[in-house]
Amino acid sequence: MMLALEDVARRFGTVRAVDGVTLSVAQGQVLAVVGESGCGKSTLGRLALRLIEPDRGRIRFAGEDLGKLSPRALRARRRDMQLIFQDPFGSLDPRMTVEQAVAEPLILHNIVPRAKVRERVAEMLTRVGLRPELATRWPHEFSGGQRQRIAIARALASGPKLVIGDEPVSALDVSVQAQVVNLLQDLIRDLGLTFILISHDLGVVRHIADRVAVMYLGRIVEEGTTAAIFTAPRHPYTRALLAAVPGQGGGAPPLEGDVPSPSNPPPGCHFHTRCPFAEAICRVESPALEGGVACHLADRLPPAVAMAEAEPGGARLARLQEFFKDGARA
Amino acid sequence: MVLAIDDLTVDFTTDRGTLRAVDGVSLAVASGRTLAVVGESGSGKSVTALAAVGLLPGSARIGGRIALDGEPLTPDRQRALRGGAMAMIFQEPMTSLNPAFTAGEQVAEALRIHRGLPPRAAFEAGVAMLDRVRIPDAERRARQYPHQFSGGMRQRVMIAIALACAPRLLLADEPTTALDVTVQAQILALLDTLKRETGTAVVLITHDLGVVADHADDVAVMYAGRVVERAPAARLFAQPEHPYTVGLLGAVPKLAGGAGRLASIAGTVPDMRSPPRGCRFAPRCPFVIARCVAEAPPLMEMAPGHASACWRAPLSQVLEAA
Repeated sequence: MMLALEDVARRFGTVRAVDGVTLSVAQGQVLAVVGESGCGKSTLGRLALRLIEPDRGRIRFAGEDLGKLSPRALRARRRDMQLIFQDPFGSLDPRMTVEQAVAEPLILHNIVPRAKVRERVAEMLTRVGLRPELATRWPHEFSGGQRQRIAIARALASGPKLVIGDEPVSALDVSVQAQVVNLLQDLIRDLGLTFILISHDLGVVRHIADRVAVMYLGRIVEEGTTAAIFTAPRHPYTRALLAAVPGQGGGAPPLEGDVPSPSNPPPGCHFHTRCPFAEAICRVESPALEGGVACHLADRLPPAVAMAEAEPGGARLARLQEFFKDGARA
Repeated sequence: MVLAIDDLTVDFTTDRGTLRAVDGVSLAVASGRTLAVVGESGSGKSVTALAAVGLLPGSARIGGRIALDGEPLTPDRQRALRGGAMAMIFQEPMTSLNPAFTAGEQVAEALRIHRGLPPRAAFEAGVAMLDRVRIPDAERRARQYPHQFSGGMRQRVMIAIALACAPRLLLADEPTTALDVTVQAQILALLDTLKRETGTAVVLITHDLGVVADHADDVAVMYAGRVVERAPAARLFAQPEHPYTVGLLGAVPKLAGGAGRLASIAGTVPDMRSPPRGCRFAPRCPFVIARCVAEAPPLMEMAPGHASACWRAPLSQVLEAA
């Protein structure tokens, strides 16, 4: 396993942001962590990199217990684990040129000799689809999509083994988002990256993840292969989340109510207040994650309704869209 | 038509010159119908809506004609009708709700101003309205302040305010973009129900094609300040006739999967201070020909109710030629 979390928990005041999560990612795999706001997915990402400290639990990176590393050893480890944020406006220093931003991790971790830094920056920029001549420009001179490419180049400059993307394409317009999704897929494949995608966008998750973990109020309620989660979701929350994605005809009755406050989650199964199947046991006893699902009733639920995403454009639209792939020209 | 926008232009003066954010947009919505206006940032979709209700800053220069129920909307009329016969809801309800007044008082205010109801009756009608947008325990919740509501409940309060006076026209600008997906589904279903009950005409401004597919009757696709395609929603998804629409539909990752690369539109949206001559999508279009660069295509009718601003439409010609 590249990364293994074992019963990891973290509170902020009264909020149990992450409440006992056990999860692992194999080398070269893409794991998506999905859920709505307040579910703890972003906190989980920061815990996984030990950017914040867990209250309990163990985090192992390539077999090594991150909690036992000295601050100095942890700093050295950072070259192997990087984070890409949602907002490229916030993650790039406006006073650094593109070259300085991408070079910083190279110099910090002593990745290449000083004389080779410029060359390596140019290589990274090319890799993310930017012309190396742009290296002398400032972040404000770029569009949102280009800035996210720069942030990706910076994250990958030190040659990390594990990258966590926290909503890496959520702030981008649809057409630009598709460019960056394609880029991330290429980089994951070409560089053999292990990637954790933290996202609320289930379309993007379906497109690039190998496995999916679904979180609700600090806990994982279901985990499995992407195909299994999307075609045969077992947990009632996973089903509701998938059914709520627009573009399926709007026929499914929406889930009632709001996500409860994470500072005062319901007892028992956190989801029981909104669950159409809840029984007495769900209100008192918290279900363990067993066989990929944390639900007392998992074996007794009716089969999930298949998703019916309409594709009315058919073959004509598919043929037209071929022209939009990889710079094809009519 | 409840709302008719004809050849709207909106210019902004910036320190680096004049910027035409909306360039000759025409739209119309009938009673009880939802028109979705789709586009990415900078497409002019929000500016178009703000022009319709008269909420653009004073520095904006507006050209063209806007009419509500056939009567031209002058700035005075917009001011008089706003919150009454025409209402607007935004992405972030916190920016439009007043933190110093309770939810009930804010719904009641609209009813006092536009309906002339006395305070007690207005408050009672406000509570009924909060109940109608399915806020549980509306009587008690009416006495609470905006910060005591969740994001989804705040958006319900906004909708209650907007619909309190049974408007002829509701403009909803990304009303669910800030909400979680399960709450988004509730709010959109609620808007559909209220629209059916009241016959309000709805303009739904969104970037989410899934939302359009589920909730719109008609669609206008905007790009760089212009409408590039207009069609009944089902028709737009079945047979898009503008290359930008085709690319946009392909750029959305599908829930049903489908491995391989997404269709993506190369490049970025043009700088609106110096937009391309001719078709504004030409620099990013895989079907571009010489004429596209030289001459801007007007919206041309492809089928009844379906128009595309593309010299190469109908696009089946492109496929036959390939």
